[in-house]
Amino acid sequence: MSEAVTHAEHHTSTGVDNRMLMMWIFLASECLFFGSLISTYLIYQGESLVGPLPGELLNIPITSASTFVLLMSSVTMVLAVYGAQHKEFLMMKLNLLATIILGTIFLGFQVVEFTEFVHHGLLLSTNQFGSSFYLLTGLHGTHVGIGVIYLISLLIGSSRRNGLGKDAGLNLEIAGLYWHFVDIVWIVIFTIIYLIPS
Amino acid sequence: MATATTSMSQSHQKSGVWDWLTTVDHKKIGVLYGVSGFSFLLLGGIEALLIRTQLAVPNGTVLDAELYNQLFTMHALTMIFMAIMPMGASFFNYFIPLMIGARDVAFPRLNALSYWIFLSGALILTSSFIFGGAPDGGWFAYAPLSSEDYAVGRAMDFYTVGLVVLGLSSLMASLNFAVTIINMRAPGMTMMRLPVFMWMTIVVNFLLILSLPVITVALAQLYFDRNFATNFFSPAQGGDPILWQHLFWVFGHPEVYVLILPSMGIISEVLPVFSRKPLFGYAAIVFAGVAIAVLGFAVWSHHMFTTGLDTVPKIVFSASTMAIGVPTGIKIFNWLGTMYGGQIRFTTAMYFSVSFIALFTIGGISGVMHGSPPIDTQQQDTYFIVAHLHYVLFGGAIMGIFAGIYYWFPKMTGRFLNETLGKINFWLMFFGMNLTFFPMHFLGLSGMPRRVYTYDSGFGWDAWNMVATIGSYILAFGILIFLFNFFKTMRQEPTAGNNPWDGATLEWATSSPPPEHDFDVIPEVRDRDPLWYDRDNNIQQPEPPEENHIHLPPPSYMPLIMGFGVALIGIGALSHLAMTGLGVAVVIYSIWGWVLEPID
Ligand code: HEM
Ligand SMILES: [Cu+2]
Repeated sequence: MSEAVTHAEHHTSTGVDNRMLMMWIFLASECLFFGSLISTYLIYQGESLVGPLPGELLNIPITSASTFVLLMSSVTMVLAVYGAQHKEFLMMKLNLLATIILGTIFLGFQVVEFTEFVHHGLLLSTNQFGSSFYLLTGLHGTHVGIGVIYLISLLIGSSRRNGLGKDAGLNLEIAGLYWHFVDIVWIVIFTIIYLIPS
Repeated sequence: MATATTSMSQSHQKSGVWDWLTTVDHKKIGVLYGVSGFSFLLLGGIEALLIRTQLAVPNGTVLDAELYNQLFTMHALTMIFMAIMPMGASFFNYFIPLMIGARDVAFPRLNALSYWIFLSGALILTSSFIFGGAPDGGWFAYAPLSSEDYAVGRAMDFYTVGLVVLGLSSLMASLNFAVTIINMRAPGMTMMRLPVFMWMTIVVNFLLILSLPVITVALAQLYFDRNFATNFFSPAQGGDPILWQHLFWVFGHPEVYVLILPSMGIISEVLPVFSRKPLFGYAAIVFAGVAIAVLGFAVWSHHMFTTGLDTVPKIVFSASTMAIGVPTGIKIFNWLGTMYGGQIRFTTAMYFSVSFIALFTIGGISGVMHGSPPIDTQQQDTYFIVAHLHYVLFGGAIMGIFAGIYYWFPKMTGRFLNETLGKINFWLMFFGMNLTFFPMHFLGLSGMPRRVYTYDSGFGWDAWNMVATIGSYILAFGILIFLFNFFKTMRQEPTAGNNPWDGATLEWATSSPPPEHDFDVIPEVRDRDPLWYDRDNNIQQPEPPEENHIHLPPPSYMPLIMGFGVALIGIGALSHLAMTGLGVAVVIYSIWGWVLEPID
């Protein structure tokens, strides 16, 4: 990726920074994590003995809106990484802030959605749909939440006297990797839960 | 990361308790893992002896059914997750940097954190004995034995929470080790020059990285079933107990390779050195290891042949199971080929390694037998399976670990374990283990089910059970001899030089025990067997410079605190939400401290 930014004293056998490599491998692990959750959801599709069922609850227009918000956050994330790599720190900070806000809005959508569903009688324990839906989307939301906290920490770190130091580009790139991954997982989830059954 | 600064002159007492609690030195962490793992091996051994004592005679009365169920469950969990895995991690920790020519692992503090989380998980799981009873549903915890209707009380929650915490530790350690081996190799150490032990290590790490998330999801679902009234595994509400089995074994089968591959790596180091010959077919053994890992993800349903699988999946999983015997066989021939024509030195480490080949082969053969569905239908849940798994796990994994202990002890301590006691240790273990586990083949074939707390006489099982119990005591006596040998050796002067066995790999290029910074000068690698190459070509190790300024990461207590926070979260999941909240606060505090800690 951007070898120029990984500074020389962290020489590695492959040329990829250790932290970056670890993030890549960690995301491979995460693929299996979400893979298991999604498989569970698919296996229990149509296995609910009582309602409410997905067709009665899922609100595709609203969730499309929240999906759009999350997608936009990937765009701002890319811009934040670009800013960091080209030492345009104002651009970096503004886009980080935008990403954080968009991520939070996505979580807000999820809270509203969950509240709505509970209101219509879908609890975690109501049926197989409830169990597998809440577990999958809830754990995805947790990942987004952790990502938001991660980005907030970077934003705070970048406002210190010497900012994120010479590692700024690398730090943002690693965070970006995580953020985009969580985004992509959402697209898969959105497709499987919301789009395909209808 | 590893280039953080501390002046080497920081000359405070380097062996106090505080030093062990805050160490980020991979060698010390390796020792911590090793000592903890061995302690749990003893605990698991005591559990096994209790089981064997109960089964010595028909209608035994030493244990009641309830305690018996707890003991066989905890025996397996202890041996797998708290003894063999951490002893493997101990060798990984100690020898990865030394064998690839690095000064530490990629993330030293993360390494310490992995250990503290491991210890938390192990203590949480073990403490279940005193908090209302240990898990008793078998190590694979099939529903409904694990569901809230049949497993009342907290026992199975200790299982889910304990295993998630232990898994977190393994995941962190595996990420760290994988990055270290890929990224921190000495100049000239290409991937195809890595010692085979390093190759097996990286394969194990990737197996864990890709299988732990699956069991984590399954454990979360089980925890939710038991605590939040979901119905993932209860059929009455539309759930499916078989899903648990799939998720468990998608993890579980790779896990058995996680247990055996480190030992395969160890004997691949020991055999060439004591045959004075390079390993036969390096590339084949490496690719076989990788093939085992890949195939290992495609065989899990061989544990489920009796769950009513369709014919096609049965055929597929049977075929893949038998296919995995091929790379395994390749390795066996490589080891034999290594010894063939060599000048063999019969050290204790060599005894253990050779016995590994023989015993593991027996276990492999019985494995292929129950890879056939109709045969497995007879053997499933009988003592035949118990015989199989102990030939591969005791005859394989444990014998390999002992080979590693005898081989590397001089490097780790500068002292030789006594060879005579070593041989006695070996023969008692070898004889005891065969006496214990071989009769189990007969017991299984004559129908004795596993996991029954007693049996009536008149089935023809009495004699073999008595033999097995006697064997287990002989085996235990062998382990006691090892302990005696250990303590005796530790009182002697360190006399082993850098390379007492004339080893070929880099760890033998530095002093025994190695200095804190591992190598005075990072070695240059010119061959797959670097020290033999240098020896044969009269290449001298470069002299260390007069003024050697090496930067090592400073000790840190943040890993300890974060490990404690994770423990609190786990305890909270078993007791009160407030405890979890406290744990989260501690973790957040320590992340903060971790990031802001001066390391540059
Ligand atoms: C040639 C290689 C192997 C084959 C073909 C094989 C095959 C099998 C099969 C088919 C079973 C299921 C039997 C049943 O429950 O009915 C089994 C069980 C088992 N195997 Fe292997 N195996 C092999 C190697 C290993 C190795 C290397 C290990 C561990 C180091 C191992 C550990 C186990 C364990 C622990 C079980 C029992 C699990 C349980 O039910 O608790 N196996 N093996
Ligand atoms: Cu298996």
